[in-house]
Amino acid sequence: MIEAAPTEKRLLRLDMMPHMLCPGCGHGIVFDAMLRVLARRYETLDGVAFVAGIGCSSRVVGYVDSATMHTTHGRPLTFATGLKLARPDLKVIVVTGDGDGLSIGGNHLIHAARRNIDLTCVLFNNEIYGMTGGQLAPTTVPGAFTSTSPEGNHEEPFDAARLVEAAGATFVARAQSFRTRLFEEVFAEALDHPGFSFVEVLTDCTEYFGRTNHLGTGADLLFAQGREEPAVDADLATRPTLRPVPEKRTRPTLATGVLHRSRRSTLEEAMGLVGGAR
Amino acid sequence: MREQIEGSQAVARAVALCRPQVVCAYPITPQTHIVEALGARVKEGSLAPCQFINVESEFAAMSVSIGASAGGSRAYTATASQGLLFMAEAVYNASGLGLPIVMTVANRAIGAPINIWNDHSDSMALRDAGWVQLFAADNQSAVDLHIQAFRLAEELSVPVMVCVDGFSLTHAVEGIDVPDQESVDSFLPPFVPRQRLDPDEPVTIGAMVGPEAFTEVRYLAHARMRRALDLMPVIAAEFAAAVGRGGGGLVEPYRLEGADLVVVAQGSVIGTLCDAIDELRDEGISVGALAVTVYRPFPVDAVRAALAGARRVVVIDRALATGEGGFLAADVRRAAPAGTPLHGVIAGLGGRPVTRASLRRCLEEASRGLLGELAWLDLDTTLIEKELAGLPGGTDVHAGPHAG
Ligand code: SF4
Repeated sequence: MIEAAPTEKRLLRLDMMPHMLCPGCGHGIVFDAMLRVLARRYETLDGVAFVAGIGCSSRVVGYVDSATMHTTHGRPLTFATGLKLARPDLKVIVVTGDGDGLSIGGNHLIHAARRNIDLTCVLFNNEIYGMTGGQLAPTTVPGAFTSTSPEGNHEEPFDAARLVEAAGATFVARAQSFRTRLFEEVFAEALDHPGFSFVEVLTDCTEYFGRTNHLGTGADLLFAQGREEPAVDADLATRPTLRPVPEKRTRPTLATGVLHRSRRSTLEEAMGLVGGAR
Repeated sequence: MREQIEGSQAVARAVALCRPQVVCAYPITPQTHIVEALGARVKEGSLAPCQFINVESEFAAMSVSIGASAGGSRAYTATASQGLLFMAEAVYNASGLGLPIVMTVANRAIGAPINIWNDHSDSMALRDAGWVQLFAADNQSAVDLHIQAFRLAEELSVPVMVCVDGFSLTHAVEGIDVPDQESVDSFLPPFVPRQRLDPDEPVTIGAMVGPEAFTEVRYLAHARMRRALDLMPVIAAEFAAAVGRGGGGLVEPYRLEGADLVVVAQGSVIGTLCDAIDELRDEGISVGALAVTVYRPFPVDAVRAALAGARRVVVIDRALATGEGGFLAADVRRAAPAGTPLHGVIAGLGGRPVTRASLRRCLEEASRGLLGELAWLDLDTTLIEKELAGLPGGTDVHAGPHAG
């Protein structure tokens, strides 16, 4: 049972407001849920460090009143690996996106999972590059339109959770911005887990993904997640700007919740940086 | 015909006119509009046959371009800033293999601290990577230089980087004359690769070369690059003949006749600089400008000739060799007649506007002999003093300037 925690404001850098997220963006919902979990666990964030890459998702870290490190595009897990080696005592949370974490930084993601380094990585998956203006990502559903796939995406997307599990992560979960309580639960469990814990959260870019695929407002996108509706409006075929709507156009129905959990030595344990299993 | 077009759209149209066969796209501000526009053209079918691929990183963008070029296709990509640095290994590989890839660099600062705005740090970091570097002064020259770049690259078997100022050119709407397909076709023949991967006539590309021949390989690459200095004026003249208007060359003089003070610069600052020079000329200060279009290889002779009558030289750099000064200034120093006083000016870093008023102030000082050897345009000394007060020994523990 999750209690409401209206105290998360104290964890924010209020002087950084207003934030840069677009109205209706799913990232704000996820960020808020993260803060609720953190507010329940920590009085202050003194023992917690955030590392983020580049993109709309990574940007949210700038609003947390804690030690935050903004890295180059795709590299947060490598910076975080160095940070953990220097300060194994810190609770490190990496915030990344599907472009940052699965495309330009995909290599680092599988190696962090393989090493089982003790940190929590939250990957905001909105199927698009939001910050640069809506380009194709390695998570874009087949058929979806983006600014660099004007004829609809030809490529198959990654299943981030399965990828990371196969690479050796010991905690893998998936949540949605639509189900924040589920996110809160799995994020809290991820923070407790010793080893590489990975939470993929499906969220929506209203400004680019939503608009380009005629999916309506942020609320429409959110409820569509709940109903597991097609990710490209079928009605597109009747619109004047007409692009043929490809056959496969749905965000595949994906399992949510904790998908994998196991226990083996963390990198820190194997290197003798920390005591035995917690 | 002149049309009002955004710089990125104009560059995309120029590239499309060159009939690229493989285009690699990875988003990075402020370049992305260019590849987006090319993607739209591929989709329309107006660019067939051309393969457009969204790759997973800039490193992949250049690597895929290398594969495409080695396979005999005309390959193009575009990037900026961190993206150019990330692809650095492949950038050297492309030039080492002599592959005539053309790439746009939408010039942007390099982090940290993160900054998406314009300066030339990115191109400067890779100025000696074996690529020809061309700098556009405005969007018309961006269009013209891209078309010339393919010709130059393919005649020399050397890759070419066309440097276009991020935002101030890529996102600016200007009156631009984009040539028609027929003129471009008459100027740029279809790509005939010198060497290509073909199982029917097998060759090895990228084999290891030991100490017995490595220097010679580099010598030959050097010699090929140097040929660009002879070839570029010829290509520019042929381009002008094909499209019916001027096409640049190695350098571009502006009001150099009788100029005591000559200002050397490159990129979009040239327009503002010319305006400042007009005003100063009206006030009786004898000043002129020299735009460096071909930056690598550096046209030492052309610059030396242009500076022959100068009594004083100012060089504007939109990038900083930290701890040293300007890159362009160092090159111009090499070319300037011995004994000519030379002032390097660091200007417009991370998108700070270089205004006509600031340039005028700086050039007036220079003309009165008051400028130092290294000057900083519009430096906010109050901010610096505040930060210095917070250095170790002070009370502030932050490692660098902070945004709070
Ligand atoms: S661009 Fe998209 S992902 Fe970025 S803040 Fe806006 S809606 Fe959110």
